[in-house]
Amino acid sequence: MSTDSHGSIEDQVKVYINVFASLIVLTLVTVAVSYLDISFIEAFFLAMTIATIKGGLVLGFFMHLISEKQAIIWILASTVIAFMILMFLPLVSMTDHTSLW
Amino acid sequence: MSSIPYILEERPDTGLNNARLGIWIFIASEVMLFGGLFSAYVFLRIAAPEGDFDYWGSKLNVPMATLNTLMLISSSVTMIMSWASLKMKQFDKYKMYLGLTILFGIAFLCVKYIEYTSKFSHDIYPSSSTFMGIYFTLTGLHVLHIIGGLVVLLYFWSPVSNRMWKENPDLLANRIEVTGLYWHFVDLVWIFLFPILYLL
Amino acid sequence: MSYTKDHHEENFFQKYIWSVDHKVIGIQYGITSLLFLLFGFSLMMVMRYQLAYPETVIPVVGWFFAESGGIMLPENYNTLGAMHGTIMIFLGVVPLAVGAFGNYLVPLQIGAPDMAFPKLNAASYWSYFIGGVIMLASFFTPEGAARSGWTSYPPLSIFESGQTMWLCGMIFLITSSLLGSMNIIVTIVQLRAPGLTWFRLPFFIWAQLVTSFLLVLAFPPLEAASILQLMDRVAGTSFFLPSGLVYAGNAVEAYGSGSPLLWQHLFWFLAHPEVYVLILPAIGIVGEIIANNTRKPLWGYKSMIYAISFLGFMSFIVWAHHMFLTGMGQTMSAFFQLTTMIISIPSVVVLTAFFLSLWGGSIRFNTPMLFALAFLPMFGIGGLTGLPLGVAASDIFLHDTYYVIGHFHYVVAPGTLFALFAGIYYWFPKISGKKLSEGLGKLHFWPSLLFMNGVFMPMFIQGLSGLSRRMYDGGTSYAHASDILHWNEFMTISAFCLGAAQIPFILNIFITLASKKTGERNPWNSTTIEWSAPSPPLPHVNFDEEVKVYHGPYEYSVPGKEKDFCPQTEK
Repeated sequence: MSTDSHGSIEDQVKVYINVFASLIVLTLVTVAVSYLDISFIEAFFLAMTIATIKGGLVLGFFMHLISEKQAIIWILASTVIAFMILMFLPLVSMTDHTSLW
Repeated sequence: MSSIPYILEERPDTGLNNARLGIWIFIASEVMLFGGLFSAYVFLRIAAPEGDFDYWGSKLNVPMATLNTLMLISSSVTMIMSWASLKMKQFDKYKMYLGLTILFGIAFLCVKYIEYTSKFSHDIYPSSSTFMGIYFTLTGLHVLHIIGGLVVLLYFWSPVSNRMWKENPDLLANRIEVTGLYWHFVDLVWIFLFPILYLL
Repeated sequence: MSYTKDHHEENFFQKYIWSVDHKVIGIQYGITSLLFLLFGFSLMMVMRYQLAYPETVIPVVGWFFAESGGIMLPENYNTLGAMHGTIMIFLGVVPLAVGAFGNYLVPLQIGAPDMAFPKLNAASYWSYFIGGVIMLASFFTPEGAARSGWTSYPPLSIFESGQTMWLCGMIFLITSSLLGSMNIIVTIVQLRAPGLTWFRLPFFIWAQLVTSFLLVLAFPPLEAASILQLMDRVAGTSFFLPSGLVYAGNAVEAYGSGSPLLWQHLFWFLAHPEVYVLILPAIGIVGEIIANNTRKPLWGYKSMIYAISFLGFMSFIVWAHHMFLTGMGQTMSAFFQLTTMIISIPSVVVLTAFFLSLWGGSIRFNTPMLFALAFLPMFGIGGLTGLPLGVAASDIFLHDTYYVIGHFHYVVAPGTLFALFAGIYYWFPKISGKKLSEGLGKLHFWPSLLFMNGVFMPMFIQGLSGLSRRMYDGGTSYAHASDILHWNEFMTISAFCLGAAQIPFILNIFITLASKKTGERNPWNSTTIEWSAPSPPLPHVNFDEEVKVYHGPYEYSVPGKEKDFCPQTEK
């Protein structure tokens, strides 16, 4: 089990509590940051960065990805690529107005 | 049937048991499902008139959503603690933490109910604007996933788990781990939904 | 004898209806999908009658158009078109190729007792069944069945009749697909028998693996889009409705600022990988049958595996070649043309490898092999006619003409369907313990091959002349189509003859099932693992001996050996 490779379950519990605390703090930071007077692009990147860190903590520690096997990492990597394609290609197609004439 | 290998035991070359691989593949498909809706959000925001999404977005209740975010994160912690309790052979603690997870989930739904009904009472519906449309659809689909998750959590909180703990404790631990992965994913979706819909 | 997990003897319902045995579920998928194929074919025959003889009373089913005196109205034709496409793809070919062949053969070919998640397997069948019932039921609602094309483009699909039930049906079908493909991936990864390493897997298994990955990642965006379209229809949202829209003379009362292109992107994000879902299992089946009937290993086995894996990845970045006419910029158009040209390479690799596999083989021309051999040039024509469509300059003229219909039907009809027929003839003895008649098989094959070409080849001529698709009168109202209209009658007669050619096949199945069981384990002298199980395999456990694998899947004509084949399970 993924527990055995990373110390006892009691040590794991300590990690979970730390992650919990970080997530709470980061959530409050997210809300606080939204009141800053910055451009939309800056706000977007800031919000996404914080959300990615939070997501990373959930994925890595609660979902044990940090000690997960190769097969699953590869499947998720493919999914992330497919997701990026889905997010960006339609967008770029819609905003591309280059023309030959 | 019971002659199927690697239900609990990990297959040596892949290091996985069947359910864990299965739930991750399911989660991958869910990433693409919500991805489709996120892609729609981006498209619609660009297609909308300048400031349209900001105007409609400002009608959302940020404090309620922040509370919901904190509750969902807490439910994720109680979920992982319930699994950890099973691994530490503490069945009563498992039930307690799982019960807390369920309560947080129900509380989330209550807050969402209040949010939705307050929108309706102010004559704000999915059809009111494309922002509201995608807001209700994204959060609505998320709510459906919470409800589905709660059904499974309730099943594993019921006396069925007592019987499983007696007859096949490792199977119960595996099922809770897999359920937990699904539940954490639902939390993960909200972690992105919250800033995108409520704050940006 | 068939037993449940706690060893009680199973009753009729547990054994045949709610069964969790992958073989029963595979057969359930098989029977249901074949019936839907027949139904979808019948819809096409009605359409073809109309195209050959527009404005005449439709025989046999004219009662369905009673309100117009037995004459088909444009909206009726549109319904037939949309439902023919939907049923053939989502209720016919994919459930047969993946649900039936996949579920039945994957555990057997990897030496497993069942799929990884038997109950989920049953759930995926019943979800498909419910989706199918919804689609069929839609014909009998006051609104009628969907009529906005299987592509369901808004704004038309938001206002047209029958679309709501189509969307509900699709949600069940997509769910079924997701559950099934997840099951196949876990089964292949986890349940391979001892000794069965990745490069000892039959090519069919690799094909099913890539197919399942495509289904898992590509279907959900269509589910998302279907939810959005459903909201537009029933909740008054305007995800796909632009501002200022006027429909049937009235201004549309919706918020607007939506985007019809959004639907197209989300739809084709699935629908392009979907066409590879349609072809990959077929390629897998053809590979198995060619190796077996040439008594030689497949040429380029590893290259083909890399080719289809590359194909799977590429299939996610070509979709906008269906959208060249939507006004996209030159840069993106160039990007999608490039990826589309590149994606033709893996198919060529596979087809070439199959042709080379024939060289120097001791070819046996049994019915499965005939269908498999015919697949090669037919898929070749289908693939080659895709190239002018993948290049924007020529696609501008060919888009939405009969050329497109000819192209994709060649790939799916004398392509995939022939491969699936081949598979039915090939594996029938394993499934039932009885071999289908060779005589009836050939009577099925030759006319089918002839008339398939009779129906679809003239479509290229019509398309190149500029005849648009989805026109209920077949082009009679367009002056530029007058030279090529005569092909309509020719194609219709071919279609009806093609229908008649399926009768020997249907008879063959019933006659053979009624005949005595021979129970021969390996009638084709094949090497893959499924042939070491009894015919039919044992309920729930499949094999009567422990399965151990010693070498690759195509050890035919090994020098120095007495037999001309060496099963994978033999040293």
